[in-house]
Amino acid sequence: MKKLILVFLALGTFGVAAETTQTVNIYSFRQSFLIEPILEKFTAETGIQTKVVFAKKGLIERLKREGKYSPADVVLTSDFNKLLQLKDEGLTSEIVSEEINKNVPAHFRDDQGQWIALTKRIRNIYASKTRVNAPQVLTYESLAAPQFKGKVCTRSGKHPYNLGLIASMIAHKGEAEAETWLQGVKANLARKPQGNDRAQVKAIKEGLCDVSLGNSYYYGKMLENAEQKPWADAVNIVYPNQNDRGSHVNVSGAVITKYAPNKSNALKLLTFLSSEKAQQTYASVNMEYPVNPRVKPAAIVLSWGEFKEDTLPLTKVAEYREAALKLVDKVKFDL
Amino acid sequence: MNELKPTDDIKKVDSVGVSPPSLRIRLLKLAHLLPSFKHVKIISFLLALVMALPLITLLFEALSSSGDSFAHIRETVLTDYVINTALLMLSVGTLVLLIGIPLAWLIANCDFWGKRFFNWALVLPLAMPAYLVAYTYTDLLDYAGPIQITLRDWFGWTSVNDYWFFDIRSLSGAAVMLSLVLYPYVYLMVRSSFLEQNATLTQAARVLGKTPFKCFMQVSLPLARNAIVASCALVMMESMADFATVNYFAVSTLTTAVYDTWLGHYDLASAAKLSSIMVMGIFVLLFLEQLQKGKQKSSNDAKVSQQSLTYKLTQKQTVLAVSFCSLILFVAFLVPVFVLLQYAVHYFEQSWSTQVFEFAFNSAGIAFITALLALLLSLVLNYAYRVKPNKVQAFSLKAASSGYAIPGTVMAIGVLVPLTFLDIQINDLTVWLGFSAPGLLLSGSIVAIIFAHLVRFIAIANKTLESSYEKISPSLDMVAKTMGTNGVNLLKKVHIPLVRKSAMVAALLIFVESMKELPAALLLQPFDFQTLPTYVYQYASDEQLELAALGAILIVLVGLIPLLILNRSIDTSSIDSNKIDHSKVIQNRVDGK
Repeated sequence: MKKLILVFLALGTFGVAAETTQTVNIYSFRQSFLIEPILEKFTAETGIQTKVVFAKKGLIERLKREGKYSPADVVLTSDFNKLLQLKDEGLTSEIVSEEINKNVPAHFRDDQGQWIALTKRIRNIYASKTRVNAPQVLTYESLAAPQFKGKVCTRSGKHPYNLGLIASMIAHKGEAEAETWLQGVKANLARKPQGNDRAQVKAIKEGLCDVSLGNSYYYGKMLENAEQKPWADAVNIVYPNQNDRGSHVNVSGAVITKYAPNKSNALKLLTFLSSEKAQQTYASVNMEYPVNPRVKPAAIVLSWGEFKEDTLPLTKVAEYREAALKLVDKVKFDL
Repeated sequence: MNELKPTDDIKKVDSVGVSPPSLRIRLLKLAHLLPSFKHVKIISFLLALVMALPLITLLFEALSSSGDSFAHIRETVLTDYVINTALLMLSVGTLVLLIGIPLAWLIANCDFWGKRFFNWALVLPLAMPAYLVAYTYTDLLDYAGPIQITLRDWFGWTSVNDYWFFDIRSLSGAAVMLSLVLYPYVYLMVRSSFLEQNATLTQAARVLGKTPFKCFMQVSLPLARNAIVASCALVMMESMADFATVNYFAVSTLTTAVYDTWLGHYDLASAAKLSSIMVMGIFVLLFLEQLQKGKQKSSNDAKVSQQSLTYKLTQKQTVLAVSFCSLILFVAFLVPVFVLLQYAVHYFEQSWSTQVFEFAFNSAGIAFITALLALLLSLVLNYAYRVKPNKVQAFSLKAASSGYAIPGTVMAIGVLVPLTFLDIQINDLTVWLGFSAPGLLLSGSIVAIIFAHLVRFIAIANKTLESSYEKISPSLDMVAKTMGTNGVNLLKKVHIPLVRKSAMVAALLIFVESMKELPAALLLQPFDFQTLPTYVYQYASDEQLELAALGAILIVLVGLIPLLILNRSIDTSSIDSNKIDHSKVIQNRVDGK
């Protein structure tokens, strides 16, 4: 029994975050190989150590349950809806910084200062180079058109990236029309929704389908990867709806938590993340579009061309997230 | 089973009873010195409560609010999910029996070339996490995988419409993948049951003119029924709780629904409601298992004298047996390992990092502590049920096993909620006392992960020990008691020596399972702390498994060590347990040898 108590005591000390003054604790929905290079630069510049929990699911619940003793200072998200959820659940605190306001344009910040966006990503259509003519005129609507019968590939309709797109469809066209559209896309699917965005491009390369949905940066990531380059080479990256409302944009972002024990360090981190240096890394390492207007996307990203963004505010889109999710179930998109 | 019979045990132990009085006096004195272990019933009840805490939390959450999205799910997709889940469980259950029982019988009751090798090798797939097997086979068998590409090249097919190929990303694909890694449960449990059977029964049947096949169907199989049903139930529970594999294969099951309601609709109450349905399903399974057990009481009577049954296979039969064993080993273990090794070599420079060994150490540490704690707690629970087999203790045992039904992520919530609550109380108290807040001691440390694993896997220990306890004749306890061996002594000197082997088996199984477990660690990890599965998942979920192949291989390697020990121990125990002279054990123990 004594041994058991000792074991427990050992456990109690092992793994508990040490409370030194110069740290910032992060809950990250974003993957470690994207974030770590940037955090290393932050530590080198400021001397502030970073501690991170990486998880794709459940971090908001954890933060909520931990309440006022939560060690987390900053939450990094890969999706816009999570930023809003954090705000709605009252888990954020106001970000007050002139510098951040200079780095991040107003429409990429919460009007009450509860969150900031850090990078933009476009929901692109990938189209087979050989089998799809005139890809530049493609629209999200065309994915439901008869010409693509049995030719569409996508990941799960419930993935945040697709949910965002469906929500924007509802915001623009209304629920009834969005439902008809989603049903049309489902009827055009070459296979049940599965895998991630890269897997769909691979399927186009193999001839399983002709068009797929995927975020912009995957194109660059695939071109960099020797194994995946042939996949990317088989497709054109298309910015949809250029002749009407523009392409759907999602953002990654960050909040400072309500009970952040190291608030000033958290603010330093967010300032750094929106600064030119970090935004440059976001652009070059992960091929995302920086929100900081003084930083240009990576050369390779620029080579994909200019495009028109959907300007409907993301807060407006987010209002239809729940409706979008219900729609996915209703048309049994994933089944 | 529970009635007293004048068996050999008693007769032999009687001779201890008439041993010199000095010994008896010494024993009685000793017994008085030791703690009486009076409170074991209360302790076990409290332990059961703690183990059931996540489930209680879920039930509480389920009732806490109306859960609007539950109605939405019910109206739209719930039926499909329930059907998928049921189909998955049934097909995995059937497949593991079709694979596991023939293997068990071949190894236990036949003699053929290569048997010694297959005897241990067939356990190896247990070290493979199902999701890893799924990833590797998807890479191989997908439309864009090497096999289909080669076929298209050979036959000049150009599109998916030109030919039919097994769709790996489907319900049947998921069922096959899960069966490949879960059949060892059936193999292990049924094999030891076959080994324990007395050959004289089959010999009698043969004398009466039954063919070997009929003997197998009418004698061996019915006698192994408990083991078959128990192992099959375990496997079905595992497949019900699986998330990683079905999610990767885009098969929507009840676990999918739980995720959707919680993370999509932000509706924990509905997620908890759905989990409660799943837990109810598990209780039905356990109840059915209990029901069939009740009918069968006298299997132990067969153990009058022990002789093992061995068929010497002819050349043709040997070829068949070896082919079958090889096929299973090849498909379930060698192919995935080969694919991973190939990745690891090919991407060595990009993926090499010494961090992997740190993660391996983390995983092994958690698995070790989990196994140890599970064993200790399960022993207390089973002992309490043994000395007081009333409804409360029976319920305690059941409640403490309820965690097996809960999918990992839901378990993580069930652990997170009470632990954060406790943490907040602790912090409030220390702050109130004027000290600085100590931080999240429970939910922010590996205590949370270990607790989640413990609750999830203690059922394995409970089940194994329970069936092991059932084999110990109650007369042994009575004899021991007449000699003043009570409480801790009864446990230490009589029960533990008799259940030691199966306890070890349980501990090793829990170690292996805990090594592979992903979702709890994913959600509950402390800062800067990763386990091998979370490390591998991070890459695999991004279709870049090759970059984490090294970690994946380590999961398998670390899991292999206990498996090899496990297999040896079952092997010897199956022979030993037949030879164990219970009375001798008692005599030695009371003599203090």
